[in-house]
Amino acid sequence: MPDKPKLPGLFKGLGITLGILKDTVVDGANTVQYPHEKEAPPIRARGVIALHEDNCTACMLCARSCPDWCIYIEGHKQLAPARRAGGKPRQVNHLDRFDIDYALCMYCGICVEVCPFDALFWSPEYEYSEPKIADLLHDKEKLGEWMETVPEAPALEAGAQKK
Amino acid sequence: MTVLSDRQQLSYIASQAADARLNVELETEGMTLNIGPQHPATHGTLRIICRLDGEQVVWAEPSAGYMHRGYEKLTEVRTFPQVTTLVNRIDWLGSFANEVPFILAAEKLMEIEAPPRAQVIRTILFELSRIANVSLFLGDLGVQMGAITPVFLAFRDREYVLNLIESATGGRFHPNFDRIGGLKDDLPAGWIDETRQVMVKLREFCDIIEDLLFGNEIFQSRMRGIGIIPADVAKDYGLSGANLRASGVDFDLRRDQQLPMAWDKADWKVWTHPDGDSFARCWVRLQETRESCKIVEQLLDQVPAGPIMTKVPRIIKVPEGEAWVSTENPLGEMGYYVVSKGDLGPFRVKIRSASFNNISIVPWALKGVYVPDIITILASLYFILGDIDR
Amino acid sequence: MIQFAIEIPYWGQSLLRVLGGLVAVLLPAGTIVYLFLFKMMSFMQSRLGPMEAGPYGSLQLVAEVGKWMQKEDLAPDAADHRIFKMAPLIVLLSTFLLVVIVPFGPDAYFTNFSVGIFLGLAVASVSVLGILIAGWASANKYALLGGLRAAGQLIAYELPMVLAVLGVVIQAGSMNMQEITVAQNTGSWFGLDWFGSPFIVTQFVGFVIFMIAVQAELTQAPFDMPIAESELVSGYMTEYSGFRFLIFFIAEFATAGVFAFIASVLFLGGWGIPFSWFGWDNIDQVPDWMNLVGPLIMFTKMLVLTFIIMWVRFSFPRFREDQLQTFAWKVLIPLALLNTAITAILKVAF
Repeated sequence: MPDKPKLPGLFKGLGITLGILKDTVVDGANTVQYPHEKEAPPIRARGVIALHEDNCTACMLCARSCPDWCIYIEGHKQLAPARRAGGKPRQVNHLDRFDIDYALCMYCGICVEVCPFDALFWSPEYEYSEPKIADLLHDKEKLGEWMETVPEAPALEAGAQKK
Repeated sequence: MTVLSDRQQLSYIASQAADARLNVELETEGMTLNIGPQHPATHGTLRIICRLDGEQVVWAEPSAGYMHRGYEKLTEVRTFPQVTTLVNRIDWLGSFANEVPFILAAEKLMEIEAPPRAQVIRTILFELSRIANVSLFLGDLGVQMGAITPVFLAFRDREYVLNLIESATGGRFHPNFDRIGGLKDDLPAGWIDETRQVMVKLREFCDIIEDLLFGNEIFQSRMRGIGIIPADVAKDYGLSGANLRASGVDFDLRRDQQLPMAWDKADWKVWTHPDGDSFARCWVRLQETRESCKIVEQLLDQVPAGPIMTKVPRIIKVPEGEAWVSTENPLGEMGYYVVSKGDLGPFRVKIRSASFNNISIVPWALKGVYVPDIITILASLYFILGDIDR
Repeated sequence: MIQFAIEIPYWGQSLLRVLGGLVAVLLPAGTIVYLFLFKMMSFMQSRLGPMEAGPYGSLQLVAEVGKWMQKEDLAPDAADHRIFKMAPLIVLLSTFLLVVIVPFGPDAYFTNFSVGIFLGLAVASVSVLGILIAGWASANKYALLGGLRAAGQLIAYELPMVLAVLGVVIQAGSMNMQEITVAQNTGSWFGLDWFGSPFIVTQFVGFVIFMIAVQAELTQAPFDMPIAESELVSGYMTEYSGFRFLIFFIAEFATAGVFAFIASVLFLGGWGIPFSWFGWDNIDQVPDWMNLVGPLIMFTKMLVLTFIIMWVRFSFPRFREDQLQTFAWKVLIPLALLNTAITAILKVAF
C-alpha cells in the first residue's frame, strides 16, 4: 500500500465523533423516545399469540408440539345440534381452558404452525409485561382480545410461489 | 496433552522457569485474580482464573460452564422441528446461522435438499446474521478498551440488520425460520430493496469503525503484537473462523466444502492476515463483514423464483443414520453430529461450537501478558458465552 | 479583598467565599455532567440521552443524586472502615483546595497567593492520596490494582504538568494567578495589542502538554486505567456505593472544571478581556463590573476546555498502563523540558 499523507487516526476519530454530534443535532437521533413514540413492529413480528376460539377444537396438537409445554388446554366433548335438519346431533370438542404461560414461552411459533384449524395467530403486540411473573399466564379470553391486533399476512417478494 | 509443538514446549518451559523464579528467588506469592464469572469484560459468565505477578499473568485458565443449558441432552427429548428453537439460542447474536448446520444435517439424513430459492434465502439470512454478530463485535471491541462510542454505533447499525431479520422471519434474535426441506415462509414484499439499502449503511459503518477504531494509534498500540497465535498453535488448539484465518491459515468452510447453500454463486474473498495478533483477528473480522455485505448484495440479485419448501411429510421422521455437517459460522466452525434412530427426535446430537475451541487457547495466549492485555486478547478471540457453554 | 461600592464586613466576606467556593466547584461540575456527560456523549452516539427528568432531561443529575443518597452506604467486611469512608472526602477536599487559587475577576478571588499556581500543583496531588487510600482500604483486588495504577499514573503526569506550567511562569514572570492573567491581557505582539497575548499562542506546546496531563490527572479516557471499567470493574471505586460514590463522581467532574479554570487562567487569559479594548493599563483601572463579567468569561472558557477533555474521552480507547508511563517519561517530559528551556532562552534573549 503506498504511503500517502493522511490525517493521524486520533484526529480522524475526533472528527467522526464530532460529525455524529452534528448529525444528531441537525437530523435528530436514531433512537425513539419509547413511551412517547413507538416504532411499529414488522407485520411478521412474533409479539404475542392470539387465539381465535371458535376455530379451536381442543385437539392438543399445539400443546404437544410446544418445546417447553407452556400451553394448557382442557376441553370436553359435547353434543351440538345437527347441521342438517333431521340429522344426528354432532359430537364436538368444547374448549374449556386455553392458557399460554408467556413466562415459559420461547416465541418459536411452532404451535401457530402446527394448528390445523387456523385457531392460533401471531400478533405483533408486545406491550403486555406484568410486574408478577405468575400474571403472564394468559387465558383464552385475553388471548382472544389479541385477535383484533392480528394483521393481514404481508405480500410476498417477487418470485414467490403461493402455497 | 501429548503432542506439543516446539513453540508450546518453549512457552511451557518459560512458564515453568517463571514459576521457579517467582517462587524460589523472590519468595513472593502471585496474586490470584478471578476475572469473572461476573466481570464486565467477559460479557457473560466466563470465569478466567489468573495468577498475577504484579500486573503480569503467570498462569491463566478459563473456567466455563456457568451458563450450561444442556442443549445436547435437551435435543434428545425434542422433535426435529423443536430442536431449531433450541439451537438458535447457542450463539445468540448470529442465531440463524446456528439453525443451518443442524437442518442441513437432518436433510442429509433424509436425503432431501431445499429448493434453490430456499438455498439462496438461507445464505442471505446466514450472512445477515454474520453481519449482525460481527458488527456488534466491532463495537464491543471499543468498549473493551474504554472507547464507548463505537458500541453505540454498532448497536445503531446492527438494528437495521435485526429489523431485516425480524421482518422476514418474525424473530429478531431467535428467528426459528429454517425448516427441514426449506424455509418457513417466503420473503415479504420489498424486503430485497430494503436489504440493499441496509447493506450500504453497514458498509458505512465498517468505514466508520475502521477510522474511529482501527486507524486509531492507541488502538493499534494496544492490539499490534499482542496475543500472537502462530498458525501451528492455532491449528493444534482447533481454532476456527477468523481467529484461524488471522494466523495466516486460509481455511473457510463456506468455500472449502460443498453444501446445498449459495455461497458459490457469489464472488467473494477469504481474508487472511499473516500476523496472528489481536489486531489481525479484529481486522479479519472487519473485512469479513464487508465480504458478507458483498455476498448478500450479489445474492439479492440472484434469488430464483420457485417454491421455498420441498415436499416433506407433515410429521417428520428422520431415517436411521448419522450425519455430520459443519458450516462457517460468525464465530468459527460450527457443526452438528446428528444420530437418528428413525424417531421423531434425534437420538443424540453432538454440537461442535466454535467458541469452546477458541477459548481453549486462553491459557496459552495469556501467559506473560499484562492485565489490560487479557481483556484485549479475550475481546479479539471473540466468544459468545452461549456458544462456549451450550 | 472584595471591594464593592458598599463595604462588606469580614464575616460577610467569609460567607461569600464559602458560598463562592461551593458555587465555583459544584456549578461547573453539574454543568459538565449535564452538558457533556449526558448530552454531548449521547449526541456523539446518535441518541438523545436523558429526557424524562425535567425539561430536556435537565434535572437528571438531581434525580441521580437523589438515587445515590437513598442507597445504602456499604463497606466490605474486610475493609479498613474508617479510612475507607474517609477516602472520597479527601478526593473532594483536594478539589476545594484547588479552586481557592483561581481568580474570577480583578477582586473576585478567594485568596491571592504570590505563589498561587505552586499551591495549586501541590494540592492537586492530594487527590492521589485519596485514590490510593480508597484502592487499598477497599480490600478488593481490582480496587487495589486500580489504586496502584492511579498512583503511578498521577505521579507520572504531575511532572509534565509542572514543567508545562513552568513555561507560563517564566513568561509571565510570576507565580501569582492574577499577575499571570494580567500579563496575558496587557501583552502585545509586534505592537498589536488588540488581542492581548494569551499564552496559548506562545506556549502552545505547553498548553498541549498541560491538557494531556490534565486528562491523565482526571483519569479520563484515554488515560482511565485506574477506573478501566472493562478490566478492573471500576478500579478504586469498585466497592463504593451510595453517597460516597456520589462524592467520587462529583469530585471527578468538579476537578475537571477546576483544572479547566486553571488552564484558562494559565493559557487563555483567565477572566480578562484584552485591556486595550477599554484603555485600561493595569489591574487597578479595571472597573468593578468585571467582577461580574469575569466569572462568566471564565465559565465560557472552562466549558470550551472541558468540551475538549470530554470530546477526547468519548472518542479514544485507553492506553495500557506501561504505554502510559512510556508516553509520560519518554515523550511528554522531554518535550516539556525542551519547551521550558526554549522559553527560558527566549525570555533571556528578549
